[in-house]
Amino acid sequence: MHGIDELKERASKVRNKKAALGPDINLDEFEKALVPHQYLADEDLCALPEDEQQRLVMAGLDLTKKERSGTFFQKDTTVVHCDTKQEDIQVMPIRRALEEHEWIREYYWKLVQVDMDKYTAAAELDLHDGYVIRALPGSKSIYPIQACLYLDKEGLQQTVHNIIIAEEGSELHIITGCSTSPHLKRGVHVGISEFFVKKNAKLSFTMIHNWAEDMLVRPRSVARVEAGGLFLNNYICMKPVRSIQMYPVTHLMGEDSVTRFYSIIVGSPGSEYDVGGRIFLKKPGCRAEIITRAISNGGKIIARGHLIGEQPGIKAHLECRGLILNGGTIQAIPELEGHVEGVEMSHEAAVGKIAQEEISYLMSRGLSEDEATSTIVRGFLSVDIPGLPAQLKAEIDRTIEASDKDVM
Amino acid sequence: MLLIEDLKVEVGDKVILTRIDLEIGMGETHMLFGPNGSGKTSLLMTIMGYPQYKVTKGKIFFKGVDITDLPINERAGLGIGISYQRPPTINGLKIRQMIQICAGDEAEVEDLARRVNFVDFLERDVNAGFSGGEIKRSELLQLMAQAPDLMLFDEPESGVDLENIALVGKTIASLLQKDGDPLEGEQKSKMQLKRERTKMGLIITHTGYILDYVTADKGQVLYDGKLSCISNPREILTCVGESGYEECVRCMA
Repeated sequence: MHGIDELKERASKVRNKKAALGPDINLDEFEKALVPHQYLADEDLCALPEDEQQRLVMAGLDLTKKERSGTFFQKDTTVVHCDTKQEDIQVMPIRRALEEHEWIREYYWKLVQVDMDKYTAAAELDLHDGYVIRALPGSKSIYPIQACLYLDKEGLQQTVHNIIIAEEGSELHIITGCSTSPHLKRGVHVGISEFFVKKNAKLSFTMIHNWAEDMLVRPRSVARVEAGGLFLNNYICMKPVRSIQMYPVTHLMGEDSVTRFYSIIVGSPGSEYDVGGRIFLKKPGCRAEIITRAISNGGKIIARGHLIGEQPGIKAHLECRGLILNGGTIQAIPELEGHVEGVEMSHEAAVGKIAQEEISYLMSRGLSEDEATSTIVRGFLSVDIPGLPAQLKAEIDRTIEASDKDVM
Repeated sequence: MLLIEDLKVEVGDKVILTRIDLEIGMGETHMLFGPNGSGKTSLLMTIMGYPQYKVTKGKIFFKGVDITDLPINERAGLGIGISYQRPPTINGLKIRQMIQICAGDEAEVEDLARRVNFVDFLERDVNAGFSGGEIKRSELLQLMAQAPDLMLFDEPESGVDLENIALVGKTIASLLQKDGDPLEGEQKSKMQLKRERTKMGLIITHTGYILDYVTADKGQVLYDGKLSCISNPREILTCVGESGYEECVRCMA
């Protein structure tokens, strides 16, 4: 138990430590007490109020569970649904895992530093719940596993910790949506995520943020990828949020391990996004790619990217394209760090507007100016993500399609 | 038909076309010759309605409608289409989607693509990394789906390799109803087919290669922003080949 006490102690010391980036949040202003909710059976999921269902669907949740191999659904502080259809893929609340399974301690707080800032501290000291998803060796998720973190109680600080493990040779796809109930205005979400991609495993993690205008969001996540492993990290945020700051890190620890970060961000007025990706390439043959598409509709977007090449024979690329459509700012901050001879690293960043030439081209094929503009924007946001199952690609396209009206 | 009357066009503060009179009758195809920088592409873009080409004098009529001030898409809606020489890349928009846009959704995309040997490109982003020849085939495919009545071609043979020049030439001939409908062709005389032809074309060419595949009714020479010669296109080509475009200036005087 020494380890557990030590974590608490380290966390306590940094209770008030501001984060390196992003506006500071006074967490004392938010409630942390447990909010009980009833467990929802399958039929209850489909009987949720229409507007609530709509919010969940927008965050990628399939309430019929038909095309999902497993489901985790946490409302405020309480897990309201959790199950899996595949025996070789485990889905469980993290509190239960911490009580029942000794092995979870080999993963819990092993990648994210508990004393990084006040948010990691809060996640240790005020932990509500979160999920553990583990694909056993050689398993393959037939459909993606879905996880949803939902805020219903006004003024709540929701604190979760997630652990995702793709064991050797497994293939795991996760779609995770974060959303709020239609009436909710203000709240905080603190989420720790630790990803373990073992030898020759493949993990895709697609996160859709669908927050509210006064939500403050501070995810902290770190991934570790072993030899031959693949980690795809997709992020989509097209709805307003007061402030989100995150800088997920991936350590490519094994030879020929690969990671790709794809982010699609649409910045609404009054919203502030400080979103990045940092990837360490630590063995020969590692590959990394960070691709960001950002549109500002009056919001403030900072897109960071940091690639660190530590061995010869690595390849890494960073690309950020931004469109300013209706005011706001986009700041691209790409960083490349090569530490030895023989690294191959590049970046390209461009911030601009839609080219009139492209609009005219489509107009000459019969589209009105508005139709042409939205066609170009949709194309801009549609990035091909190699290795992503067609079904997930369709989910992403659907999200983009549905948000199209708001973008224009 | 297309009727242009005493047209003057400026880009920024610079006059680039003056005193343009042009009439393309129903079923007619015209070739447009002229040295680099003479304003050929500008004339096509003006007919299509690109806003940076400001008409400061004169009028353009199409099918009896004054289109001088119509936006591009309304001209497209009336039946004007263009095959660009260097169209922009549209990232994330697939050729398949573009064809559907051109056709107004109901399109036999595969069938059309097969005709210009372009099936393998349907899932590619529009013009992204296309070679000169691929751009031309893509443009023709879009026109096939759009099926406009007046087609403007900006140097359709430039950058096309010898293997594909016949394909491009024959496709343009077919778009302009120069090949006869294979189904009706047997019952109707050539004269009858020609009389029933409705599609109109204006083709910019430097080399005249296209004339091996597409017969043209008239040739026009644009020199220094002015249309200076209307004649048989073959004759113009021979004359320019022998004496250069300077000869056209003498014509104008």
